[in-house]
Amino acid sequence: MQQDSVDAIKAHPRYQELVCSRKCFAWNLTVIMLVIYYGFIMIIAFAPSLLGTPIAEGAVTTVGMPVGVAIIISAFVLTGIYVAKANSRFDALTKAIREDLQ
Amino acid sequence: MKRFYLWGVLLALLAPFALLAGPAVTGEVERQATNYTAITMFLVFVAGTLGITYWAAKRTRSAKDFYTAGGGITGFQNGLAIAGDYMSAASFLGISGLVFASGYDGLIYSIGFLVGWPVIMFLIAEQIRNLGKFTFADVSSYRFGQTQIRTMAAISSLVVVAFYLIAQMVGAGKLIQLLFGLDYWMAVVAVGALMMVYVIFGGMTATTWVQIIKAVLLLSGATFMAVVALSTFGFSPEEMFRQAVEAHPKALAIMSPGSLVTDPVNAISLGLALMFGTAGLPHILMRFFTVPDAKEARKSVFYATGFIGYFYILTFIIGFAAIVLLSQHPEFFKPEALAADGSVIKDQLVKGIDGGTNMVAIRLAEAVGGNLFLGFISAVAFATILAVVAGLTLAGASAISHDLYASVIARGRSNETTEIRISKIATFSLGLLAIVLGIVFESQNVAFMVGLAFAIAASANFPVLITSIFWGKMTTNGALVGGVVGLISAVVLTILSKAVWGDVLGHVGPDGKPVGLIALNNPAIISMPLAFFFIWIVSLLDRSEQAKREHRRRGRGGSLRSGLKRAKSDRFGLALDGKRAGRGLWHVPLGHSKEMRFRPWDLA
Repeated sequence: MQQDSVDAIKAHPRYQELVCSRKCFAWNLTVIMLVIYYGFIMIIAFAPSLLGTPIAEGAVTTVGMPVGVAIIISAFVLTGIYVAKANSRFDALTKAIREDLQ
Repeated sequence: MKRFYLWGVLLALLAPFALLAGPAVTGEVERQATNYTAITMFLVFVAGTLGITYWAAKRTRSAKDFYTAGGGITGFQNGLAIAGDYMSAASFLGISGLVFASGYDGLIYSIGFLVGWPVIMFLIAEQIRNLGKFTFADVSSYRFGQTQIRTMAAISSLVVVAFYLIAQMVGAGKLIQLLFGLDYWMAVVAVGALMMVYVIFGGMTATTWVQIIKAVLLLSGATFMAVVALSTFGFSPEEMFRQAVEAHPKALAIMSPGSLVTDPVNAISLGLALMFGTAGLPHILMRFFTVPDAKEARKSVFYATGFIGYFYILTFIIGFAAIVLLSQHPEFFKPEALAADGSVIKDQLVKGIDGGTNMVAIRLAEAVGGNLFLGFISAVAFATILAVVAGLTLAGASAISHDLYASVIARGRSNETTEIRISKIATFSLGLLAIVLGIVFESQNVAFMVGLAFAIAASANFPVLITSIFWGKMTTNGALVGGVVGLISAVVLTILSKAVWGDVLGHVGPDGKPVGLIALNNPAIISMPLAFFFIWIVSLLDRSEQAKREHRRRGRGGSLRSGLKRAKSDRFGLALDGKRAGRGLWHVPLGHSKEMRFRPWDLA
């Protein structure tokens, strides 16, 4: 790859769009995951009785059960959101830039 | 008392390999009668995987074939293989055992193991795929002094692999002794020898397929168990929880966070090690090179997260169902746990189970599926260990042949044939070493080793990897000092913790129980920030000639400048010279060309 093609990539308006949107998107999702997980750990550390409340009057199942399963599912869903966007929008942008420059 | 209980639980589960902490490791194993069903099923598995190895050997010619299966694994297959690396025999047996013993706390561990995956995906998976070639050290070292950073990355990889491997070998020996009624040394030699055959002849292709087959077997087996167990409760979780609360000595306490919670610092430290340790495990990171492109790498993380999450929900159901179902099977308990009428004494449910709580899933297999299914699950547990050990050994061998030999010793002047030969020799040596260490450590308490491996991965590998991708001002010396500080502090703090200072070195407190010099079970909360701090401060204060060169280049044009831009565009897979992004661009000059020193974020 030569200097001019590097400059061409850099100058390409959609390249800047790609860099910016992908970076923001990845960090936003990371922050969401960290907040969910460390929020959960903090509740366990400081207010465990919250998770021990029964989900309904007379039920044995506690709030902690659906919450735990929901965190597992949220991890899966967040990766799914990322893959969907990266494999369609970001890859399409990359392809468009590449085709423009060739 | 509660404090010591906490210690016990954390110690047992610092690692996914809780089984290593149980009786299965402390030498109290009673040899079981030889289980021929299990052995037959296992032999079928071995025959099948040897067939695959033969097929893979014919396809393994180049270094790329050997290290990365030629990049020909699909995202779905790789997702299964990654999940397989994660679903060790011990996380299956250990987490279901923990749920059986303490209920909800088991779920907290499962979640800790899982949530590292999305973060790996968002921040490093693609970068690794686009910037590296065979090992994660390709990525850590790509813009620094190759010799220093590669050596450091290779050494910390080998340390992680060594601790992980010892824990696996000892666990394997004990487990197989328990399940199959084989002698300990025979089990260790069998695991070591088979693993060497897979890796030496079949390389990454065989290792990946062994892992995929095992993942499918384990997921099917666990699904069957969970479904049959749930059917006895009319598929009502509420009914299962209700009966479990009735049968369990801790009653309602199993439904909410328990002893894990009394100490927030340890809980957070463990969370850090689990989450970021995953992002620094060499055998896991290596899997991103086996897929053809970044798109497939992303898909593989997605599938892996799904399979792992599903698997942890299954182990949770298995653990809870076992509380009820095993209490109806007095034959699984020690004689002293039984009342005069032959039923299980409630208070003895956890302590009295024959073989310890790590055997819970195995006992449940027998309870729901009879002897045939018991044999199947035992064989799957053996296969699981074998597959994980093979992956670890391949990662260790790559660190030796690709990082230490080809890049540091031969300085990029070796040829592929030599590099493959070296990696095969390295595999053989690591296999022999694993067998010897497995036998040497037979009666040692190795429970701390996997926790230590995760802590080192989180404190030495992860900080250097992530800063080399994202922080422009890092210098070679900063990376080197930070990585070494992370490695040493993780090891030293672990030695001072109760797991080594008390349990292994035998220091006891005033009440006669093992104690540590420090009240921290996992070092990550100290060692990880320390590593980042030293990377930062040393890079900023670095006045060496090398750092000056690296700083000057940041603001200068010319070939380096284009290198910077190229690196940035390559992170996005945009290389335009016909080569696939990253491949071949970084690796070939191996540190002897200015072209290697890039600043990818300069354009960000």
